[in-house]
Amino acid sequence: MSDLLQQTPSWGTALWFALAAVALLLVVLGFVTYAIYFERKVIGWMQLRIGPNRVGPLGLLQTVADVAKLLLKEDTRPQHADKALFTLAPILAYAPAFGVLAVMPFTDSIRFADLGIGLLYYIALSGITVLGVITAGWASNNKYSLIGGLRSAAQMISYEVPLVMSVVGVVLMTGSMNLRDIVLAQQDVWNIVPQFLGFAVFIVAAQAELNRTPFDLPEAESELVAGYHVEYSGFRFAMFMLAEYVYMFGMGALVTILFLGGWLPIHPSLSFIPGIVWFVLKFSLYVFFQFWVRATFPRLRVDQLMSFAWKVLLPLALLNILLTAVVISFQNGMFS
Amino acid sequence: MSEVYTNNYVIVAIFLILGVLLPVATVSIIGPLLRPKKPTPEKQATYESGNIPVGDSWVRFNVKYYIFALLFVIFDVETLFLYPWAVAYNQLGLFALVEMVIFITLLVVGLIYAWRKKVLEWN
Repeated sequence: MSDLLQQTPSWGTALWFALAAVALLLVVLGFVTYAIYFERKVIGWMQLRIGPNRVGPLGLLQTVADVAKLLLKEDTRPQHADKALFTLAPILAYAPAFGVLAVMPFTDSIRFADLGIGLLYYIALSGITVLGVITAGWASNNKYSLIGGLRSAAQMISYEVPLVMSVVGVVLMTGSMNLRDIVLAQQDVWNIVPQFLGFAVFIVAAQAELNRTPFDLPEAESELVAGYHVEYSGFRFAMFMLAEYVYMFGMGALVTILFLGGWLPIHPSLSFIPGIVWFVLKFSLYVFFQFWVRATFPRLRVDQLMSFAWKVLLPLALLNILLTAVVISFQNGMFS
Repeated sequence: MSEVYTNNYVIVAIFLILGVLLPVATVSIIGPLLRPKKPTPEKQATYESGNIPVGDSWVRFNVKYYIFALLFVIFDVETLFLYPWAVAYNQLGLFALVEMVIFITLLVVGLIYAWRKKVLEWN
């Protein structure tokens, strides 16, 4: 990939990039299929159930069957919905979820675009999904959808502020927003140690950004039936689900890169194990953490949710920035 | 160097095109070949847990959402300033730290004001 990047741009190189992107898309779809399977399975075990076990050996084809079912379902659109926006919303929700993966360095060699502003690109693009959600909620012309969409937008923008502020500490320590540089700067010690406060804020805010338990109010099956996508059926609905899990992939990769040292081994003596194995291990750990949280915590109330973002996470994120800046100044001898 | 730059953004463009293409292809091209299409007025009615929907949902909603949107704009623009500062911090010296402390303090005062005015409560 790095050799290709050096070549003069032409249709030939663009074709190779497109093939690589399609390959990543297939990997991501495979991840989503089995993330859903293992989510159901792991939560099943945690609740002393068995989980899916009928379709295929050990239930391994359960998600495949679910996707096929969604593909074969009739696609209904409410008569009073805003036709254009109703069609646009799933695309708006899904496209940025996949677009953010363009800057992820999975290892030193398996990486795609190497942007100097990689982190900013992720943050900027992931903000667009809020538009998809609120468009879906509004265009459906359904009261549940509208409440779900607005709640979701309020939650996502409230938690986006601490999320983007918690990573400023990482940028301060690295002096770069390039995700590859951020990983390489963690050779000695992973960012999770010096940036523990930032990491804690990031993990909580990421959970809310992904609309996952305990922050799954936008969906809140028991009060809003399904929130912003009540009126969606068939593959349009599948696109929202897909976007959610592709974001989980993106967020898992981002946490691994920013705080857990990306493809770097735990100890230099273990560097004979390929980087991609380390990356997958750390990434899987984060994904498992998500399932674990979902099986453990109850849903928050909407008033607790909003005040928690502004009264707890935001001051903590600001404190983290100031602390990091002061410590770096001390290390550079600026006060002497 | 400029080749690398162009190539990087070609990749970004490919990812975005692919991101749009997947939903469009599955919903609009492959989907119609596979799924039935038998719309009835009952199916197309707005879902309200089985009740007949009363009126539109395009109505006025709680102004709270608007206030949170305003707060978001303020603090998100602040982050926009924090990023270049963070990248260049090592070259800037003590002056940058003092400047940023003043900047953050101003915004914290704004946050405290919103807090005291009970804007952050949800009721």
